[in-house]
Amino acid sequence: MTRPVGHSTTARTRPLMRPAAVWLLAPALAVVVLLFGGGLALGLVQGLGYLPAAGMSALTLEHFHRVLSDPDFFKSLAFTLYLALASTLVAVAISVAAALALNRLAGRSRLIQFIFQIPLTVPHLVIAVAVVFMLAPSGLLARGLHHLGLLPAGSGFPLLVNDPWGVGIMAAYVWKEVPFITLMVLAVLQASGAELLDVGRTLKAGRWQRFRHITLPIIFPSLGAAGLIVFAYMFGAFEIPYLLGQTYPMMLPVWAYKAYSDVDLLARPEGIAAGLVIAAVVAAAVALAQGLVQAARRRGAVL
Amino acid sequence: MKRALLGAAVAGAVLLPFLPLALWAFSQRWFYPQLLPEQWGLRAWRYVLGTAGPQMTEALVQSVLVAAAVAVLSVAGGIPAGRLLGLYHFRGKDLLSIVLMLPIIVPPLCVAMGLHLWLLRLEMTATFAGVVLVHLSACLPYAVFVMWGVFSNYNLDFEDQARSLGASALDVVGRVMLPLIFPGIVVAALFAFLLSWSQYLSTLIIGGGKIITLPILLFALMGSGDRPVAAAVSIVFVIPALAALAVSARYLGSRRVLGVW
Repeated sequence: MTRPVGHSTTARTRPLMRPAAVWLLAPALAVVVLLFGGGLALGLVQGLGYLPAAGMSALTLEHFHRVLSDPDFFKSLAFTLYLALASTLVAVAISVAAALALNRLAGRSRLIQFIFQIPLTVPHLVIAVAVVFMLAPSGLLARGLHHLGLLPAGSGFPLLVNDPWGVGIMAAYVWKEVPFITLMVLAVLQASGAELLDVGRTLKAGRWQRFRHITLPIIFPSLGAAGLIVFAYMFGAFEIPYLLGQTYPMMLPVWAYKAYSDVDLLARPEGIAAGLVIAAVVAAAVALAQGLVQAARRRGAVL
Repeated sequence: MKRALLGAAVAGAVLLPFLPLALWAFSQRWFYPQLLPEQWGLRAWRYVLGTAGPQMTEALVQSVLVAAAVAVLSVAGGIPAGRLLGLYHFRGKDLLSIVLMLPIIVPPLCVAMGLHLWLLRLEMTATFAGVVLVHLSACLPYAVFVMWGVFSNYNLDFEDQARSLGASALDVVGRVMLPLIFPGIVVAALFAFLLSWSQYLSTLIIGGGKIITLPILLFALMGSGDRPVAAAVSIVFVIPALAALAVSARYLGSRRVLGVW
């Protein structure tokens, strides 16, 4: 999962003869260890109550305790888990279908592939704005339905933005992430060729059998990796839930930032503690997914 | 026929969200439940390019500078790391690669919150360099990832041949390696640029409202509830990113970088 898709097995790499060459990693490692690791470590220290600006310097678990004993926090956690999982599953399902269709019908079309890449470049903020304009009660969808006479005046248009089920958030994420997952899967499909499927056909494997036993095992590693990256992103991102989410329960990143930026400086460690809980949940989810896949493989599942 | 349908479906799904943006940006008066604006106009654009023009220009320049700096630094760190990871195996490689890829998985939220304290000590909050550094912590791993894939398909024999013909180390890098990995460099730079381009929260936390990039300005304008203006700013925000994609499009499909997509 931490490897580029489709290659880079040790079979093609050579042993490193000059150990000094490990220094080639130094710039990248310095950035990750100092900036990313340092940021996390300092976050942890502050989450433990070290906040010189407010005159607090004793370390305590109180802030984590207060976050974890807040019933609102668990509502937010559950809502975030639900939405990140549901959005990932929807995006993965659409991506697999899209990748199969693109591979079969438009593998060589540069134009379709270019159009498909557009959402990758669109900032999350912009798609959030577009979703509001599209799905809000006075949005283009409601206007269109009204125009077609499907929405008689006075009857309420269902709440699809800032709604309890996170429909707006999901729509924005799915639009944004499907191309990413699809392109990861498509790369593997195009590299794998059609021979195996032909073999399957000669052996009288049906459509579903060919998908389940040939295509799925081929695309699973990159599909899983892309799905995990997308899940982790949705679990920890701020912009889209901030603009499209309801006020209660909030998604966790919004909850964390609200506490962090509270005028009351004493709430800041709680925000940071919540941020660290987000990181921990994401790390646990990734480890769990890896473990499940490996366990399934040990039991002989073809994944 | 099927192919045309697929193309239409893809184009429709991708371009649909831009429709309300375009309609709102050019509307003067558009009450519910009218399907189209009753009156078209350029009020939003006069505001965005006229009244708020200097602010917009400043934010645009700031965003481009930050994203360009992040892209250059990410590629500079990504090339040597990708070369080592893609071409060689050595003890501790798995652990190192997990450490390097960790920022892709762990959300930048808590990293930015933690870094704020550190950069505060270094008096680097609310500075250009501070914002670049916090973006870099999130963007560089993607450049490493791309360059890793590129070097996995790289043939070291070309370098050996150049060397046997008497090329210096500098020649090998400048006239063999860089031309060969150029498509990968473009893609890595594009990734880093786009990621930095759309950063909001980390810019806000570290920049403290002093470093105004486009997302910060757009958020502020969104708060005013003026839909045409928000739509126009969104369009201004998207165009440079689309331009970056268009410029690098011919490298995205290149066989040498295929593996990373």
